[in-house]
Amino acid sequence: MTRSATEPTATPMGHVRDALWRAWDSDILYSFLRSPVTIVAAVVALGLIGAAVAAPLISPTNPFALATLDLMAAFTPPVWMEGGSPAYLLGTDDQGRDMLSAILYGMRISLFVGAASVVFAMILGVGLGLLAGYAGGWVDALIMRVADVQLSFPAILIALLIDGVARGILPREVHHDVAIWVIIFAIGVSGWVQYARTVRGSTMVEKNREYVMAAHIMGIHPVVIAVRHVLPNVMGPVLVIATIHLAIAVITEATLSFLGVGLPPTEPSLGTLIRIGNDFLFSGEWWITIFPGVALVLLVLSVNLLGDWLRDALNPKLR
Amino acid sequence: MTEPLLSVRDLRVQFPTRRGVLTAVDGVSFDIHPGEILGVVGESGAGKSQTGAAIIGLLEPPGRIAGGRIILEGQRIDGLTQEQLRKVRGRKIGAVFQDPLTSLNPLYTVGRQLTETIRTHLDMSERAARARALELLQEVGIPGAADRLDAYPHQFSGGMRQRVVIALALCANPRLIIADEPTTALDVSIQAQITSLLKRLCREHDTAVMLITHDMGVIAETADRVAVLYGGRLAEVGPVDDVVNRPLHPYTEGLMACIPTTHDRPPRLAQIEGSMPSLTAMPDGCAFHPRCPHAHDRCVAERPPLFDHAPSSAACWLWSSEGTRTLERTRA
Amino acid sequence: MRGLSGAMPPPIGSAHRPRRWDLPAGTAMIAFIVRRLIQSVLVMLTVALVGFALFNYVGDPVNNLVGQDTSMEDRAQLREDLGLNDPFPVQFARFVVNAAQADFGISYRHGRPVEDLLIERAPATLELSLAAGLFALLVGVPMGIYTALNRRGWLSKAFLTISLIGVSLPTFLIGILLILIFAVWLGWLPSFGRGTTVQIGWWSTGFLTWDGLKALILPSITLGLFQMTLIMRLVRAEMLEVLRTDYIKFARARGLSARAVNFGHALKNTLVPVITITGLQLGSVIAFAIITETVFQWPGMGLLFIQAIEFVDIPVMAAYLVLVAFLFVLINLIVDILYVVVDPRLRVGGGGGAGGGH
Repeated sequence: MTRSATEPTATPMGHVRDALWRAWDSDILYSFLRSPVTIVAAVVALGLIGAAVAAPLISPTNPFALATLDLMAAFTPPVWMEGGSPAYLLGTDDQGRDMLSAILYGMRISLFVGAASVVFAMILGVGLGLLAGYAGGWVDALIMRVADVQLSFPAILIALLIDGVARGILPREVHHDVAIWVIIFAIGVSGWVQYARTVRGSTMVEKNREYVMAAHIMGIHPVVIAVRHVLPNVMGPVLVIATIHLAIAVITEATLSFLGVGLPPTEPSLGTLIRIGNDFLFSGEWWITIFPGVALVLLVLSVNLLGDWLRDALNPKLR
Repeated sequence: MTEPLLSVRDLRVQFPTRRGVLTAVDGVSFDIHPGEILGVVGESGAGKSQTGAAIIGLLEPPGRIAGGRIILEGQRIDGLTQEQLRKVRGRKIGAVFQDPLTSLNPLYTVGRQLTETIRTHLDMSERAARARALELLQEVGIPGAADRLDAYPHQFSGGMRQRVVIALALCANPRLIIADEPTTALDVSIQAQITSLLKRLCREHDTAVMLITHDMGVIAETADRVAVLYGGRLAEVGPVDDVVNRPLHPYTEGLMACIPTTHDRPPRLAQIEGSMPSLTAMPDGCAFHPRCPHAHDRCVAERPPLFDHAPSSAACWLWSSEGTRTLERTRA
Repeated sequence: MRGLSGAMPPPIGSAHRPRRWDLPAGTAMIAFIVRRLIQSVLVMLTVALVGFALFNYVGDPVNNLVGQDTSMEDRAQLREDLGLNDPFPVQFARFVVNAAQADFGISYRHGRPVEDLLIERAPATLELSLAAGLFALLVGVPMGIYTALNRRGWLSKAFLTISLIGVSLPTFLIGILLILIFAVWLGWLPSFGRGTTVQIGWWSTGFLTWDGLKALILPSITLGLFQMTLIMRLVRAEMLEVLRTDYIKFARARGLSARAVNFGHALKNTLVPVITITGLQLGSVIAFAIITETVFQWPGMGLLFIQAIEFVDIPVMAAYLVLVAFLFVLINLIVDILYVVVDPRLRVGGGGGAGGGH
């Protein structure tokens, strides 16, 4: 990019101004500010994530504290409908649980499972990708074959299968306690391939660069070389994959929970809430299922939009 | 002199970008007479291809014609609607592009692409169009043309494909062909065949050609007249012999010094110091002045118009009435 | 989800580079098909291995067959009878041979042969997938073409926004919303089951009754919506790519009408990669039917599979896995062959004067 006529100055203020100018001039910021949709998406995503993290602080009630549940208040509609109560802005479910609180806590669990799955998939994928690209030969062939076969099946099927196996191996009570980790493992394993493919490609390119050769000759351990030299080069694409994967992971978790093979009702994620509410769709209490659904869609949509924007900003050619 | 076939006056092509408006073609004027081959030379980015695209109305958006006139057979064709332009394209102006490998649709046979074009412009039955397609293939020198009509583009070599492309440009007997770097993507051994084919066909059909290239050698062999573009502006225009042997503009002079000749080979090929300014950073005055050995104050301050110095014209202050005198004095 | 991309020729819409297979076309074709067949067999064996591992090591097959009070001796005898003491390769070979004959054992939960259960439920899933696929194609392709040709129109922007929302809406939520609107609020369409079906031999179809067709509408939209947005975006992207190519520019320069350029030239070139990916998506549709079938209580294989997971019905799980893998591999193969049919550069012999002119 051409630097403008304003020459950088040596004063500290000059440095700051220079840095600000560069940030302003950079394509990423430009494309961000050019796209109002992205700004809205960022605000919504940050708002939802913030609310989920701060759920114990801001939520009106604790939906897990059974003592506070008031069965008399069950099936209260949202506040703006007839029979609504200001105490329950979005109404209550069949047990008198405040929907707003349940959604905040549910989003917290959904996001935790989603983020943990992404981190797990990332570690697995980046690690295997580095290994495949660096080692080459049969190690590479084996890893990439497995990736190919896995990629021919939808992620949800792989996750379902892992979950099913876990149910087969673990006794019922144990499974109940570790269900959340099983789900994270299942979603993580079903999503590593994208990372591995990207990292492997970049690794094979970087491996033959002169500075990597030089580091080799200097006797630096291959793992150190990989982490210090190769990894920084692939972080951009990995970040893009991770953002989009977060949306997919949240959807996958919600789907598994909805299908009844995900999180148990004692730790309700958004998917579990939707499943519970689904039973009351026909009796007219639509809010029990629709509001968690709206929260889920807002979360996924805003993260997706951010991911799309990030991908375009980092790689304008893909547009 | 006869009425020109194509007359371009003060053509201006602009590309609005987010960092401002780029002027890719800036005030270019030239004529093409019936049956004449006009070579258009210049470095990449000099505006040659954009000039050609503007004439056939195929500028890539956001590019647009921002000023000037394009007159074909006495009728203005800039500012026509796409539908009106479509009847000019192919019918009156044919086009040949740089890369024959990508110019043909890989999923259709050569014959189908030919008959489709013929029937778009001429009122012919499928059978008659096929006969004409065959004739055209024979004319451009495809061996065994009858068998090749139903072959797919990938079954032809690069040189043969460019012949097919030329046949496609000739489908409706246009009066003008715009050939944008028609030989650049080809093997050197094939290049001469294609230029001589183009030359022969134009003589036979009395078709004019606007031959866009960066290769002065091709121009010297093929063209009748030459237009030299620099930085989106016309530097010099004139008969090929004069421009090559007696260039007026210092840029043309530098360009000609770069052509290797077989006799009296210079020890090293000359080159012009510096490089062409980018469209974002066009200097004031004459675009060439930062590199020009003869530049003086006026060149920096004021943009030179086209000065007539028959048989050529050049956009250089050296050839203004007082400039000529100074020049003649210094040369004498 | 792109299928065995390593084995597939790259989509050609994007880059029309000359290919390396300049061997006599016939030889290259046969070599290509043979290579693909070998790959398919390898994939099937890998999946069979997973299925076999499930079958044998997840839970004890003997426990699932006998009651609590069976003696140790009887159990040992049963192990021997079932061949569970045989070496691994022998057991695996037996599993493969049985699977090839569609013999997957007895469902723990239903107490019936798994293959019977699957055959009974296959028509429901296949009809649903077919309807969803047709919906996705018939709506997605025209929308993709429209948005590519009218890039800046407000309708295009609306379509693209809808598609983005479509991608972000989980399948089950789409189903719930459709049920809420069309079944609960408006009461127009049924919310679960297949309606009335007609039995033709072993195949039960919902296509022949008004009731069955009505029951099909919501589930097939639910299942097809994601694929529809995918196809729309794909067609749009490919078409924009094709519209930028030299041969389209050249077609315009020849004065062909906008219609001939857009629909004659650009569309055909767009559809080549679209066929490939759509075909591969058909496999995902069958797998994603699991979710739709759960939402609509649609009596297909997916619902069977979900129940099998809940109740750890291993033989059903293994059989479903192998069956889906088989369908995937089969679709992959068909798509590859279709690809060759559409693209003349890969076709045997080609046009009239083959091979000359080089």
